[in-house]
Amino acid sequence: MNMTTEQTSETFVFTSENLEWAKGQIAKYPEGRQASAVMPLLHQAQKQNGGWLPMSAIDYIADMLEMPKMRVYEVASFYSMYNLKPIGKHLIEVCTTTPCWLRGSDDVVSAIREELGIGLGETTEDGEFTVLEVECQGACVNAPVLVYEEGFYEDLDGKSTKEIIEAIKSGAKPACGSRVGRKSSEPAAGLTSLNVQGGDA
Amino acid sequence: MLQDKDRIFTNLYGLQSWKLDAAKSRGDWDSTKELMAKGQDWIIDEMKASGLRGRGGAGFPTGLKWSFMPKESDGRPSYLVVNADEGEPGTCKDRDIMRHDPHKLIEGCLLAGFAMRAVAAYIYIRGEFFHEADVLEEAIEEARAAGLLGKNACGSGYDFDVYVHRGAGAYICGEETALIESLEGKKGQPRLKPPFPANVGVWGCPTTVNNVESIAVAPTILRRGAAWFSGLGRENNVGAKIFCISGHVNNPCNVEEEMGIPLKELIEKHAGGVRGGWDNLLAVIPGGSSVPLLPKSVCDSVLMDFDSLREVQSGLGTAAVIVMDKSTDIVKAIARLSAFYKHESCGQCTPCREGTGWMWRVMERLVAGNADMSEIDMLLEVTKQIEGHTICALGDAAAWPIQGLIRHFRPELERRIEEYKARAA
Repeated sequence: MNMTTEQTSETFVFTSENLEWAKGQIAKYPEGRQASAVMPLLHQAQKQNGGWLPMSAIDYIADMLEMPKMRVYEVASFYSMYNLKPIGKHLIEVCTTTPCWLRGSDDVVSAIREELGIGLGETTEDGEFTVLEVECQGACVNAPVLVYEEGFYEDLDGKSTKEIIEAIKSGAKPACGSRVGRKSSEPAAGLTSLNVQGGDA
Repeated sequence: MLQDKDRIFTNLYGLQSWKLDAAKSRGDWDSTKELMAKGQDWIIDEMKASGLRGRGGAGFPTGLKWSFMPKESDGRPSYLVVNADEGEPGTCKDRDIMRHDPHKLIEGCLLAGFAMRAVAAYIYIRGEFFHEADVLEEAIEEARAAGLLGKNACGSGYDFDVYVHRGAGAYICGEETALIESLEGKKGQPRLKPPFPANVGVWGCPTTVNNVESIAVAPTILRRGAAWFSGLGRENNVGAKIFCISGHVNNPCNVEEEMGIPLKELIEKHAGGVRGGWDNLLAVIPGGSSVPLLPKSVCDSVLMDFDSLREVQSGLGTAAVIVMDKSTDIVKAIARLSAFYKHESCGQCTPCREGTGWMWRVMERLVAGNADMSEIDMLLEVTKQIEGHTICALGDAAAWPIQGLIRHFRPELERRIEEYKARAA
């Protein structure tokens, strides 16, 4: 990994709350297998650090789990959900894999470009927004989807994408879920199963 | 067509609460203790008799898999690991199970874990499923508080716990040995087999890795009986199954249906038909992105089960049906999958690490037609050099969609090359 001085100079420690949480994570695994907690701990560190992992956090977790630092760098660089450099304040992830593409993820990408002036893999000049292309998010019958602050925004088109971005710009967190008014993965035009007994819809 | 009375996932769409009380009212956690009292052998025999084949893609008989676990411990504990790293493009069924029916999965963990003499279950859920993991953790807490898990689970005298482990964005971790590596806190790179996980799995201990759906259907099968489950579908392809229908249909959806339902009936009954009508259908990927596509002529009559789809040189996979109508740039659709596999290759084996990138670059040129006619056969040959020559099946999964494209759409590839040449001339 190519780290700049800026990315290595900071120090990192968990807040006392996160430290407690980390202990709970480590306790999930058998004794001596604390390395298993590396992924949740890295994730929490990233969350604490504004969405990205500085080298100091990676080192800190390596020490905590008594792992060689290189092993933790390997994990941090292998998995796509760890950001190894700073990102914008708001991270928008757009799925463009075939099932989303078939349903119009190109329109989602264009709408974002129109709203923010940036494309996939870019950050706005003011550092407010980063847009990333992601692979299949596992919500294909609600395609196309984008992800913002751990929420899935589903059944999108250009118009609804713009509404979401505008809401985020104005400081709101728009409600996640479908944009065509369905609860989850049921057929939008009405139930074709589970409609004889049970169900309150 | 499956009737509601035979549906296992009665809260698939989350129209009711997922909480313990609501789950119990739907029949979950009913006489779990009595099922356990029948013994480990009974559970495994019943699962074998049910004919359930693993729902994660490979279709290996679930009961048989459980029987590979050691009956007597050599001092090492045994573990059940649930593969909830759902990420095969087109597939989103485990997501619904976990967010809407988590207690089916948790009860399944206890019954399966007990049957294979495991001390605990770890549910490895993909990192992107934040909400689903939260629901699952809360449901596990509910079950623990109610005495259904933990010491003397369900009053059975058996101690068992379930933990959630969150991933961080790597498709390869859906491969069982990569998943085990990842659970140990490493990069998710698959292991060579043997040794098989049932001998040496997570932390060097006997381990069985099962898909979410395979585990979540187990309690209902054990309660209603193997004969009920095996009475659905057809021989060797029994039971009910969640299908995910995405792409160019009027109403994309998940639905639990009988195995062996005709593809056309599945799409028309539940997904509102192909956009623009059945005759507007171009092709379908019937089992998640890894399986070869089928042209409309095959889709007209094929049945949705393991054996029927294998007969037409495709596969049931995860039962994720990706529908493409005649407006689709079919070459681009498959090229996007090639980009996916290139992105997700773990880089361990040369044929896959180098091959996925090579195939993607050729596919990108084929989208425009910027290729030589002989490159179609060269591409086909390379897919065959990758297939079967890697530690895990990701190499195969990257090769098959391209093989399907060349098998059924060679004239389209040739047309593009000719047109490109004509334009260039």
